[in-house]
Amino acid sequence: MADASPSGPALVVTASPHVKAPDSTPRIMWHVVASLVPVVASGAWFFGVSALLVIAAATLGAVLAELILGKRGSLADGSAVITGLLLGLCLPAGMPMWMAALGGFFGISIGKLLYGGLGQNVFNPALIGRAFLQAAFPVAITTWPTASRGFWTLRGDNFALPFMQASTDALTSATPLGLMKFEAKGTPLRDLVIGTTGGSLGETAAIVILLGGAYLAWRDYLNWRTPVSILLAVAAFATLLHAVNPRYPDAPFMLFSGGLVLGAVYMATDMVTSPVTNGGRWLFGVGIGVLVVVIRLWGGLPEGVMYAILIMNAAVPFIDRVTQPRVFGTQRSFRL
Amino acid sequence: MKLALGFRHGVHPPEEKELSNGLRIRRMPYPDELVLPLRQHAGKPAKLCVRVGDHVERGDTLAEADGFVSVPIHASAAGVVAAVELWPHPDGTMAEAVRIRVDRFAPQVPRPRLVPRWEGLSPDDVVRAVQQAGVVGLGGAAFPTHVKLRPPPDFAVHTLIINGAECEPYLTSDHRTMAEYPDRVMFGIRVMMHTLGVRRCVVGIERNKPDAIAAMRGAVPADLPVEILPLTVKYPQGAEKMLIHAVTGVEVPSGKLPAAVGVIVQNVGSVAAIAEVFETGLPLIERIVTVSGHGLRRPANLIVPVGTKLRDLLAFCDGVTPDAAEVIIGGPMMGLAQANLDAPVIKGTTGVVVLAQRETRGARTYPCIHCGRCLDACPVFLNPSRLGDLARVDRYEEMAELHLADCMLCGSCAFVCPSNIPLAQLFLASKAALKRLQAGAAATAGTPQAAAA
Repeated sequence: MADASPSGPALVVTASPHVKAPDSTPRIMWHVVASLVPVVASGAWFFGVSALLVIAAATLGAVLAELILGKRGSLADGSAVITGLLLGLCLPAGMPMWMAALGGFFGISIGKLLYGGLGQNVFNPALIGRAFLQAAFPVAITTWPTASRGFWTLRGDNFALPFMQASTDALTSATPLGLMKFEAKGTPLRDLVIGTTGGSLGETAAIVILLGGAYLAWRDYLNWRTPVSILLAVAAFATLLHAVNPRYPDAPFMLFSGGLVLGAVYMATDMVTSPVTNGGRWLFGVGIGVLVVVIRLWGGLPEGVMYAILIMNAAVPFIDRVTQPRVFGTQRSFRL
Repeated sequence: MKLALGFRHGVHPPEEKELSNGLRIRRMPYPDELVLPLRQHAGKPAKLCVRVGDHVERGDTLAEADGFVSVPIHASAAGVVAAVELWPHPDGTMAEAVRIRVDRFAPQVPRPRLVPRWEGLSPDDVVRAVQQAGVVGLGGAAFPTHVKLRPPPDFAVHTLIINGAECEPYLTSDHRTMAEYPDRVMFGIRVMMHTLGVRRCVVGIERNKPDAIAAMRGAVPADLPVEILPLTVKYPQGAEKMLIHAVTGVEVPSGKLPAAVGVIVQNVGSVAAIAEVFETGLPLIERIVTVSGHGLRRPANLIVPVGTKLRDLLAFCDGVTPDAAEVIIGGPMMGLAQANLDAPVIKGTTGVVVLAQRETRGARTYPCIHCGRCLDACPVFLNPSRLGDLARVDRYEEMAELHLADCMLCGSCAFVCPSNIPLAQLFLASKAALKRLQAGAAATAGTPQAAAA
């Protein structure tokens, strides 16, 4: 009779199930990175080499933090690269590189590793990085260069030395939200969708971001409920206000201006900092949408996506608790 | 005909049934030695009633039932009791077992009936005969079948559901049983319906077994109200509560038995076993086992004497391939990986699957990123992500509040987890820990379940 013992060193003995679906956490993360490549490219298209410099600096800062302070090998899971890319995408192209790098380092170290690393953080690390930069360098982060100029033209003093006065010879323009808020001027919808407006370097091209999100949703690497509920909530709230008082902007403007699409598709959908239940994702998205409109229209800032997401991040444990699914064979019970 | 029936959630592991679903059931020759553990069923282990050196005939009782929720163990072949000692059990422990040196020159032929004929037996006589024949659920859990034939009198059982879903990947023994022996299954159904006094029987079969569905449809006797119901192909369609939901549309209340909604579920193999003991007059001493997997040279569906060692079974299938890595008793979703190939096939062994290295789970795990895939997979709508977080910090009482008891360890959550977190293992261990906590400090000292977990 043939030999029946496996020829390997020993039998594998694991707990059931003994087989696994092929997806892994690093695979999900690196797919998100891949889906951001066109968004990065659109940033480079509109804001030239400056965009690439800022994104690279932010990513480098995030990666360095993960490398120095993270668990051994945790860089390979790809999550730090996502944080760096996303932070870079929501900064103005004229930002000095050292600021972007500092923001990336801050986002990963304080926003993620301090909580215990991947999966433990409460707030989106990229937005923590941006919130830090907003607080520390309010002028640099609101100096919006114009979109269309030559690729090799720097959009600001990207190479400024740390803590030196940045030179201010950059050609700046206002963002559509700034125009709306401070000068009561509109922007053509076509420019908003394509991205030929002032703004953060990766947030202007709504169409590219939506395509990346659609790809991720198709691969089930992103839960569609979050962006859909955010966008629906903003559209509904804006339409309502516009109907009551036409002084308020209409829904298409609210949807495609500022960082809403980037935030809805890539920031709010961060699995770690968004609800785990499907019902919770709807609640989370509606909350973000309402807050975005409130901050944009009545707050002191022209844009509110960042704070809207961070505020709702804080509510996630509560949302998860009240949206527990009904267990098979039981009655639904709400526990507050 | 009804439409595709299923349940919400669940997963789709690769079925891998084509390795063995077209292979006719064959008989495996007797090995030189058989090992029969006294604990092969849920309930109390059987009480030994032979001594070392005794000669036993095929079908002789080796150990008697110890109480109502227990069944006897019988000799699967003629031979001599060589030893009674602790032996590797498929559940990973060492358990008391009877070793029989098979008499190679014994005729192993039929002998006077040990089980009475069915005709004219009262329901109570049937229950007694089924217990004496050592019949247990052959779907894996090995719950004594006669107990199910006598549901608690305060439940009005109206429907018998036969589980032919066989949703575990690789396994095809129920499929082949239905395709090749549909008349035997129908006879078993007749016995069960008579004993339970029910008027309705539904056989649920996943749609990936069209030949089994056709054979069963063709075999329904004119006087027996049996409905054959094709089911959605999805794991765990064959879980008792999922099957009941698919057939009746009713959810078995949390913590209750199927009888609470008037249903008894029995697996196809067990029904065929009931029929077989009444047909042949022999107790349950052999069963149909699927031997399959990409790590095995020649997959097969075999009639195997209970007590055959895995080593002998795999050798009969031409052994394993060089990249074989993991030998599982049962299917890859809920089966038990074996550390020792001397462990025997027991009554509850539905199959033996040899996985190649590439199919096994990697050792690398990542933190939970709360992607929520486990919530979308869990057939009973638990929150495995939260339960896993709690299990890691020993917060078992909170897990109990979140319905840990409703987890049936199907493994759907761990199958989809991108971070490769062994959720089913955590929940098994947590259930055991919770039991210890609830039993109090007195019962903490080394129970076998605790050791196994």
